[in-house]
Amino acid sequence: MKRFTDLFTALDGSNRTTEKLALLKAYFTTAPHEDAAWALYFLIGKRLKRLVKTRDLRAWAGGLAGLPEWLVDAAYDQVGDLAETVALILPAGKPSTDEGQAPKLAELVGDLRGSLTGASPDVQRDVLSRLWRDLESSERFVLNKLLTGGFRVGVSRTTVSRALAEAVGLEPAIVAHRLMGKYEPTASNFATVIAPASSTTPPEQPYPFYLAYPVPSDGQSLADLLGPREAWQIEWKWDGIRAQLVKRKGVTLLWSRGEELVADQFPEIIESADYLPEGTVLDGELLAWEGAEPLSFGTLQKRLGRKSVGPTLRKKVPVAFVVYDLLEVEGADIRERSTLERRSALEGVVQAYGAAVASSGGVPLLRISPIVECGTWEAIAASRQSARENKVEGLMLKRKTGPYKTGRSKGDWWKWKVEPYTIDAVMVYAQQGHGRRAGLFTDYTFSIWDAGKLVPFAKAYSGLSDAEIRQVDRWIRAHTLEKHGPVSVVEVEQVFEIAFEGIAESKRHKSGIAVRFPRIKRWRRDKPAKEADSLASVKALLMP
Amino acid sequence: MGKEAQIDTLPFGERVNIGDVSVSLHPAGHLLGSAQIRLECEGEVWVVTGDYKTDQDPSCEAFELVPCDTFITESTFALPVYRWPAPATVFREMNQWWRLNQAQNLTSIVFAYALGKAQRVLCGLDESIGPIGVHGAVEKLNPHYRAAGRPLPSTLRAGAETRDVLRGQGLIVAPGSAQNTPWIRRFAPYSLAFASGWMQIRGNRRRRALDRGFILSDHADWQGLLATIRATGATRVGVTHGYTDVLVRWLREEEGLDAFVVPTRYTGEAAELSAEAPENGEGDS
Repeated sequence: MKRFTDLFTALDGSNRTTEKLALLKAYFTTAPHEDAAWALYFLIGKRLKRLVKTRDLRAWAGGLAGLPEWLVDAAYDQVGDLAETVALILPAGKPSTDEGQAPKLAELVGDLRGSLTGASPDVQRDVLSRLWRDLESSERFVLNKLLTGGFRVGVSRTTVSRALAEAVGLEPAIVAHRLMGKYEPTASNFATVIAPASSTTPPEQPYPFYLAYPVPSDGQSLADLLGPREAWQIEWKWDGIRAQLVKRKGVTLLWSRGEELVADQFPEIIESADYLPEGTVLDGELLAWEGAEPLSFGTLQKRLGRKSVGPTLRKKVPVAFVVYDLLEVEGADIRERSTLERRSALEGVVQAYGAAVASSGGVPLLRISPIVECGTWEAIAASRQSARENKVEGLMLKRKTGPYKTGRSKGDWWKWKVEPYTIDAVMVYAQQGHGRRAGLFTDYTFSIWDAGKLVPFAKAYSGLSDAEIRQVDRWIRAHTLEKHGPVSVVEVEQVFEIAFEGIAESKRHKSGIAVRFPRIKRWRRDKPAKEADSLASVKALLMP
Repeated sequence: MGKEAQIDTLPFGERVNIGDVSVSLHPAGHLLGSAQIRLECEGEVWVVTGDYKTDQDPSCEAFELVPCDTFITESTFALPVYRWPAPATVFREMNQWWRLNQAQNLTSIVFAYALGKAQRVLCGLDESIGPIGVHGAVEKLNPHYRAAGRPLPSTLRAGAETRDVLRGQGLIVAPGSAQNTPWIRRFAPYSLAFASGWMQIRGNRRRRALDRGFILSDHADWQGLLATIRATGATRVGVTHGYTDVLVRWLREEEGLDAFVVPTRYTGEAAELSAEAPENGEGDS
């Protein structure tokens, strides 16, 4: 625990990637496997199943500190992080011990899971009181982080797998690959992750997804950014769920980008994979689909989060898996081959699949993502503008000679989304942020006009620069009319241009509409509140 | 205060009568010369603290506890999450950090409010480690501290001419506004730290992209405020400048005192709580 806490504190205190890499490397070189297994688990963003209620955590810590509930809440509002608030208010802890005396990370997590799972709140309180008493303040903070989830310490997954790879002398891509899917934090699994390169990969393992970079919106022309048009393969950017279909050893798995298994939500895709050959891995997009075109993301959402999908939902929300890359063919990893080669192999696989489905009288649910045939960059820019009519999010630009890379790396895959919708709205409520933005008003609610009244229509948290956030924060503090708990009602004055990706009717929202990915595009200090947009003009954006 | 303001001075502890009121000043321990004001009229005593701290600080006079009937206190850090570590521990860590930076050939830069906090930091540094530099804004104020006999180490004005001496070896004390300026870049590569009570909160340090946050405040922490209020024996407590609502509610409900909010005319008070202080180093001096 001490070693892991020191690692956390050091990572948290550093802003340099090289330094973070060195810290992680040193940790993985020295920590025992059973601890390193857990450290890895947390560092790549996995979390424990919730063991205690956060409300209870607050109450117990308040009780130990002799503080009334309202005061713990006031402190939490200011700190913005429950794990940290609890660590700060608890009575002074033990002075720092050395690794020899403190519990090992693996022991501690084992102890937590063993003694907290299914225990009554009173027992849980006693367990935690004992742990808190025996740990010093930074260890308590880390412990609380483990309990509350959300373990952000400013290292990306790529950095972690690179550090581990360097520590054990493997290629970073191999480690990244082995960390995909269900990594269970045991010493033996950790040993598998760092095993020599020649070791075999478990059949259920997906490949790391290759993620595209957004085309910068700095006005640079595509020709300047990407060179000649002929070097690029253009496809639509689909608005669904990125997924990888893995068929090996007679078993088909469907992995989402968040490395969740989504087979239960898309049973017909799994069934349809019967027509694919063994040793096939496809990358594509799960979409709600009817006839020749996709349905809205909102329709697809009806399937997500369901434990299982029954006949009614299968009928109501038909789906398709639109495939755009082939990563493995006949059991061989072909990610190093060029986009062109992979595409032609993919066409072969999809064709054979289609024929097999047809001969059995079935309906093909796998569809190949078509190439967008445009001769010039200008024509491509125009087709991007038509994305909405085509029910897609924009375009994907893939370098014909490029391999299938790991993670988000610049250069070979670009996403070029359609320009978002924008409207001008008035800020009406503000709330303080969390984590890095704790103590600053960063979460805003925006309203638009409807018959002389303001109706809330979107919340937005991002888009302003740090300097603007500070200015807005100051303005909010000086112009708060009233407070409802953490929510400040502010004067009707500030107008912001809000960008969003999609718009749909919604019964759950007061305004009757819901927008996707709303964010702040600009602070319109030039615009008086009465000139903000109206609900009618926003509704006009709804697709017929 | 305008240029025409007439400013009289008064030594600590000396009484002067204004009408029926006897007025005296007493050290507040916030920074050199900072004072609480004691007012006495017909046997009733009021004390207005201004900013104060009770922690040990060789760069200024120690806080003097003044018994009173009504106590008007600041509340900058009136939340139980604010609990200052012993200043000696903080300085031990700061000197250690400096040594580690030296070993990696990094310049150590500590941001601190130029008046008060900077001098306190200087007094806590171990001169034997290496050369100590100060930003011009700090340099301007140091002579007053030296003249008052405060134990400041010898310092260099950090700039082009002292660059080679300081870079990679020295520790430089500068106001927070110096971050991201050409002035600071000449000392690169460096490690950046901020000395402030706001550093107690992780988000404040992360937001500023600092390498280290040293929890060092010239205000009283939660327990310091409560202990001081109790020790004055006051039965009425006015709370101003900070988390006024929180402290007033605590004093009423938990301590049974007649507590009330004293509105401040100091605008930007609230903003300073979160944004301004950690960003510009103003406020929590």
